[in-house]
Amino acid sequence: MHFLTDRKRATGLGAARRGTGRHWSMTVSSAGLIVLVPLFVFSFGAMLGRSHAEVLAYYARPVPATIAALTIVVGFMHFKNGVQMMIEDYVHGIAREIAIVAMICISYGAAALAVFALVRLALQG
Amino acid sequence: MADARKVERPLSPHLTIYRPQLTSITSILTRISGNALLVGALLVVAWFLAAATSQAAFDWMNAAMTSWLGDLVMTLSLWAMWYHALAGVRHLIWDAGIGLELDTAEKLGWGVIVGSVVLTLFTVIVV
Repeated sequence: MHFLTDRKRATGLGAARRGTGRHWSMTVSSAGLIVLVPLFVFSFGAMLGRSHAEVLAYYARPVPATIAALTIVVGFMHFKNGVQMMIEDYVHGIAREIAIVAMICISYGAAALAVFALVRLALQG
Repeated sequence: MADARKVERPLSPHLTIYRPQLTSITSILTRISGNALLVGALLVVAWFLAAATSQAAFDWMNAAMTSWLGDLVMTLSLWAMWYHALAGVRHLIWDAGIGLELDTAEKLGWGVIVGSVVLTLFTVIVV
């Protein structure tokens, strides 16, 4: 005995109507990252392997610290949306939800830790 | 008839039924490189955290990331980063409706591969 008509069962199962927003968020963050990432690679790359004192002095400066914070935050938000797209393509069932939630937690967690570290570095130097 | 569970919806043919082509390989590599960048990104976050924590923590993390294994991971991440960046630009070009002809798309593909290697070597030399 089925209480739902075929029409009722199909209602709401069309497109999610959120695809455009997701695509646009990837477009905007990729445009930001194409500027931020080269700046970060060369500023961070110059500091990797240097002494602690040099790193403290460098990341107390506003521009390198801001480049690092923006790159990591925007990068992890871009990663979060991208990895969700991949999970939705290849993972099915409950594992899909678990994977998506886990990657969202990792993305926000890593971005927040980096911002905390950068604020601390900026105030120490 | 009205039982949702009985509906077997067909899935469109997936990766395995197609012959590998430059355009498909470069597209798959975009996804792999983007997701693999998590490793390098987490290392960078750990490096900043260590720098903000103490001299000892920084020295340990800095040494780990400049060891041969650290150098290998960071160099591969660097290549993944340049590759993903160039492939992303290629997607922005395609989104604008430009360069979708097969020969142009293949040229863009080679451009991404060669460009990412050149930029990686350049960065390794400069940094």
